[in-house]
Amino acid sequence: MTTLTDDTLPVTPRAIRDEMIVFVVMALLLAAVPFTGVYPFFVMQALCFALLACAFNLLVGYGGLLSFGHAMFLGTAGYCSAHALKVWALPPELGILVGIAAAFVLSLITGFISIRRQGIYFSMITLALSQLLYFIYLQAPFTHGEDGIQGIPQGRMFGIFDLSKPTVLYYVVLVGFLAGFLLIFRIINSPFGEVLKAIRENEPRAISLGYRTDQYKFLAFVLSGTLAGFAGALKVFVAQNASLTDVHWSMSGEVVLMTLVGGLGTIFGPVVGAFVIIAMQQYLAGFGQWVTVIQGSIFVVCVLTFRRGVIGEIAHYFRRSL
Amino acid sequence: MNTRSIASLLLTTALTFAAAGVASAQDKTVKIGALSDQSGLYADLGGPGSTLAAQMAVEDSGLAAKGWKIDIISGDHQNKPDIGTAIARQWFDVEKVDAIVDVPNSGVALAVNNVIKEKNGVYVNSGAATSDLSNAQCSPNTVHWTYDTYMLAHTTGQALVKAGGDTWFFLTADYAFGAALERDTTAVVTSNGGKVVGGVKHPLNTPDFSSFLLQAQSSKAKIIGLANAGGDTTNTIKQAAEFGIGKGGQKLAALLLFLTDIKAIGLETAQGLSFTETFYWDMNDQTRAFSKRFADKMKNNAPPTMVQAGVYAGVRHYLKALEAMGGNSHDGVKIVEKMKSMPTEDDLFGKGEIQPNGRTIHNAYLFEVKKPSESKGPWDFYKLVGTVPGDQAFTPLSESKCALLKK
Amino acid sequence: MRLAGDFQGTPKGPGAKSMQALYAQLLVGLINGSFYALLSLGLAVIFGMLNIINFAHGALYMMGAFVAYFLLNLGGINYWWALLLAPIIVGIFGMILERTMLQWLTGLDHLYGLLLTFGIALIVQGVFQNYFGSSGLPYAIPDQLKGGMNLGFMFLPVYRGWVVIFSLIVCLATWFLIEKTQLGANLRAATENPTLVRAFGINVPRMITLTYGLGVGLAALAGVLSAPINQVRPLMGADLIIVVFAVVVIGGMGSIMGSIITGFALGVIEGLTKYFYPEASNTVVFVLMVLVLLVKPTGLTGRAA
Repeated sequence: MTTLTDDTLPVTPRAIRDEMIVFVVMALLLAAVPFTGVYPFFVMQALCFALLACAFNLLVGYGGLLSFGHAMFLGTAGYCSAHALKVWALPPELGILVGIAAAFVLSLITGFISIRRQGIYFSMITLALSQLLYFIYLQAPFTHGEDGIQGIPQGRMFGIFDLSKPTVLYYVVLVGFLAGFLLIFRIINSPFGEVLKAIRENEPRAISLGYRTDQYKFLAFVLSGTLAGFAGALKVFVAQNASLTDVHWSMSGEVVLMTLVGGLGTIFGPVVGAFVIIAMQQYLAGFGQWVTVIQGSIFVVCVLTFRRGVIGEIAHYFRRSL
Repeated sequence: MNTRSIASLLLTTALTFAAAGVASAQDKTVKIGALSDQSGLYADLGGPGSTLAAQMAVEDSGLAAKGWKIDIISGDHQNKPDIGTAIARQWFDVEKVDAIVDVPNSGVALAVNNVIKEKNGVYVNSGAATSDLSNAQCSPNTVHWTYDTYMLAHTTGQALVKAGGDTWFFLTADYAFGAALERDTTAVVTSNGGKVVGGVKHPLNTPDFSSFLLQAQSSKAKIIGLANAGGDTTNTIKQAAEFGIGKGGQKLAALLLFLTDIKAIGLETAQGLSFTETFYWDMNDQTRAFSKRFADKMKNNAPPTMVQAGVYAGVRHYLKALEAMGGNSHDGVKIVEKMKSMPTEDDLFGKGEIQPNGRTIHNAYLFEVKKPSESKGPWDFYKLVGTVPGDQAFTPLSESKCALLKK
Repeated sequence: MRLAGDFQGTPKGPGAKSMQALYAQLLVGLINGSFYALLSLGLAVIFGMLNIINFAHGALYMMGAFVAYFLLNLGGINYWWALLLAPIIVGIFGMILERTMLQWLTGLDHLYGLLLTFGIALIVQGVFQNYFGSSGLPYAIPDQLKGGMNLGFMFLPVYRGWVVIFSLIVCLATWFLIEKTQLGANLRAATENPTLVRAFGINVPRMITLTYGLGVGLAALAGVLSAPINQVRPLMGADLIIVVFAVVVIGGMGSIMGSIITGFALGVIEGLTKYFYPEASNTVVFVLMVLVLLVKPTGLTGRAA
């Protein structure tokens, strides 16, 4: 079985410096969005999904573990944050923390169950777990079934920033996204990240070198799940609702698509992928019933012609890791 | 600066403001967004047909000839609340939409309701079933046309109990809409002297209902109430026929059934079903004339469903209110107040009114599906069994928990 | 669990569950199981031979039902011919897909096959939805199989009985074909070591194409079988595909007999769930999957991934 990522690219200090430059450019571009007339809600939504996709990519692109249930972290954090904000009337920062904590606990449990499974069986057990959670959320009274939790108050972050103002909210979401992104970037380039990649490439060899691979994979799973939860908690402020959509398996599928379209195992790929997919949902809406056909065609073309994803192909062309 | 110049400055300022005020009162541009499920479960009963209905309403209003510029855009909420709200938000912020119409799927409808209230737009919902839109979650920006769970439960439930169907068994879709429908129907059945002997909740999108139908069969209830929708309902009906449920003396009551569902099931299987709708294309000359024009423009020449008819009627009424106000103030609350103050009247639903909670009151009809031998055309499906006046069909204001009523 | 003696006679609502009703649920579960078995069998064949997780399976199942509908309404060709023709037509469509797209993915990660077939599923479903709407089309039960018989504990529609027997035969025949015949042996060998098999003068790509056609044909056959029971709807397969996946995983990826047995067994377990805790009937398969994978990491009969 060939691996999913482009491994011909060297990771050197220079590459890391290049990546930092790209990161700064990206951050500046995103920071300038409110002044460009681009619709901020669209960008905010995309940022939440971009963070989710980056978290997912940490697990699959660098850990080689394809989770098919990442929606459960997004949705769980979303529901818990929403509940904390609306029913307990907690301030935004605490609401986010509640969501992250919930995703953390969930990833501990699900990681414990699933991490020893290999390949497709790992994907399937994560899918199964997320379906169980879907059922629980469908039945639990606090989620309000398919009506979802609506009209979530946005409140004031730290008592200062009024999140009901789109521009303020935008920068809060952006800072959240950049923080999460930097953390992932840091993890990937840390010794821990190197070990992860080694496990992905050849697990038996990593074991023979004395690494307790299950622990590394477990830690990656928990990090990924918790960060996905962070994305879910941020998304609550943008969408102002939490619904079953976020826990449904098709959302897990969407995350896979975003990452793949952008470029699996690339640092910036998931961000690009998230923007592409969210833009497709937004701007193809005018095509009515043909949307699914267009989407399907894009996936087919993507798999048949540029399998490394948008960023992956660019990186491959310039022989740089991005 | 002397007093004269100050006075003249004040005067100019006042004039400028007045001019601005006049300009906005005479603003005759309107943008309507038809937000629907364009490709999923509800696409046939709303979807492109709802957009067409809105366009026809604009044409029929004749406002274009009077200098109005009215645009219609459409969007696909894909039955996801967050996509629905994102589109709604974008429509208000970027496209400068004034009103959103249709919006089937209760979950999405309620989510969009919040956005429209926040943006002070106008919301004419026709596609969603939840009675919460005019009850617990009512909004000064919202008008709910066509139908809701309360109306469906009351009309069908009452009629069937009175006709002797006094024991009920429910097949309920396991989500809020199904639960609401079951709850409301149970209340009607018991208050009319009937009894609910049992029920089973099934997951959404169940392909096979035989297990549940067997349970319904062994309950010996006279009526099997289907508190579900769309594909679930059509599959239940089809499989009930297969298990010989009609022949055993039990009767099916589909609480929510659309014209397109009957088409999908076929008369052979659907015959004899009783259910409630508020519009049928073959009611009178006006509905037939409208439906003919509508069907000619539809891809499969389908006549309008009640949801699409509701979109038409709702947009007509909205435009009437704007015309009466002399221009588009873009102030959703004021426009909806105006809509509520005017009696509704159109070719499709006849005379009616909009209650203070946003609920549109019009007649509801009890139909029965024709036998194949009685059907004379490709869409000739219904037999009118009874008419329930609007004030008896919908939630009485005394029972409504809407906050708007407490003022 | 309640005792049979407690509720002899007429049950009075959902609380009164008799042993008789339980038998009925088991039988109904077995009927549903036959669909799962047919569909998961096709998936297992494709996975076993091509190493592709065929996400388009649900869409092809749906096409089978639609082809049956068209044969009847446009060509006047009845159900019995549709049982033969629809799988062939859809199978050919599948082979074209394999030739033009899937074969380029040989040797790549499963994920690409999954994504490609997912894209194909979206396209096929989208096109059908565009032309036939989402609420579906009616397809009547053939006259010869109308009616039902009283089994004492339940009323069994003749058609349902036919479905169980027919799919059982098809499943066993497929198993026999792949596990016990020379053709099957060649196929299995071709996937283990294509170069070696090619050296024996066997056209490996053609075999793989035919295998995909076979798997797809099985899906279409399930579609034709289900057309008289369910609505012929563009999304009829989309709702089913995840459950069928779970069946294949529980049975062990690629295992033919595993997926047949799991398919029928899952139907029965689902039937029991519909009886005791109906809300969970769509979820029970995933509970089962977690449990099975915890105990047996590669499914009941599967090989390592």
